[in-house]
Amino acid sequence: MVTVLEHDSELRQRAWDAAASVVDPEIPVLTIADLGVLRDVVFDGDHVEVAITPTYSGCPAMNMIALEIEVALERAGFHRPKVRTVLSPAWTTDWMSEEGRQKLRAYGIVPPQAASSRRALFGGQAVACPQCGSDKTELLSEFGSTSCKALWRCKACREPFDYFKCH
Amino acid sequence: MPVANIQVSETPMVLYTLRRADDALILGHRLSEWCGHAPMLEEDMALSNIALDLIGQARELYTYAAAVEGKDNDEDKLAYLRDVRQYRNLLLVEQPNGDFAQTLVRQFFYSAFADLYWRAMMTSRDATLAAIAAKSEKESAYHLRHASEWIIRLGDGTDESHVRAQTAIDHLWAFTGEMFAVDDGECALIHAGIAIDPGTLRGRWLTTLSDVISEATLELPQNDWMQQGGRAGRHSEHLGHLLSELQSMQRTFPGLTW
Repeated sequence: MVTVLEHDSELRQRAWDAAASVVDPEIPVLTIADLGVLRDVVFDGDHVEVAITPTYSGCPAMNMIALEIEVALERAGFHRPKVRTVLSPAWTTDWMSEEGRQKLRAYGIVPPQAASSRRALFGGQAVACPQCGSDKTELLSEFGSTSCKALWRCKACREPFDYFKCH
Repeated sequence: MPVANIQVSETPMVLYTLRRADDALILGHRLSEWCGHAPMLEEDMALSNIALDLIGQARELYTYAAAVEGKDNDEDKLAYLRDVRQYRNLLLVEQPNGDFAQTLVRQFFYSAFADLYWRAMMTSRDATLAAIAAKSEKESAYHLRHASEWIIRLGDGTDESHVRAQTAIDHLWAFTGEMFAVDDGECALIHAGIAIDPGTLRGRWLTTLSDVISEATLELPQNDWMQQGGRAGRHSEHLGHLLSELQSMQRTFPGLTW
């Protein structure tokens, strides 16, 4: 019995690792595990089922992520895997791993800041420039190159940059 | 050969979900019409992003409506194979984009409502609607902030932008009453704790409007005559034209997939 359980948990870990290797096609330095998009891996009989959650309702990357999870699992020897989308609990940037935040920053995207309130209709949030570190920055647009990012500009070094919105 | 419209068994629950799905799809489609045409690149991306959020919400809602109905329908059939009279969206969201001010005033009226609505729906006894609400309320907070900033910029901008914003407010005002109306089927869902009573949101909705509109040096209309009909399938002429574009591929090549 013990050996069976150990075998199962090892198998699950292998499936998890395979799914967790898939990267976000729009921010390829982050894996779906870093993002908190990968929620669960379970076995249904012989088949593995992976649960993912969308960052934003209309995120166009979800279909591609699902496809790549299937490919990754097939390659790891899990046949005919299934990918299920779960909505609840709703994804939040709080689920982004510390490692993910560091990778984002190194990539030139400011990671989400927990302190900023998306509920405040107006008002400032301080986002430091990922290039020069200056906090003299300004918001250009709430909506950037992807659903999850806003477009900012540094007034010190004049470089535009992406900020991963707190969600 | 023309493709037949699907039939939908409109139980109160199916109808309730479809109405919200139609709001999101039609408004999302309207915003997508700005893609490549907005006055500046940042705004082009913003409107397209908001359109994406709304169409994403519509997909979740259509999928759920189809599951509740339990027939052969799915999100695609519900979006592509219903005719004008089968659409149940608010008249507000199908109104043409007009100029930039009209698009943003329409967005402001809707987002100020949607933000309150989805937050309230997070406590729905229906687990799926509550889950969709929890995702949507995060997005609607951004949509409202974006629209509010524009209302202020346009109203408190040049003489030209001020006039255009005020004209849009006066023009679209009569379409806002429908957001707070309920029919018998919805009343039953409200009593069951599945839906929320939109009438309870009206006070806070008006407060948001007043705050932003007065900061924008604009005025709320005093006129309280309201047009209704969208929820019952009676639409303005504009929706038919919108659907003819939205549905053209599926009507021309039935079952077409990417």
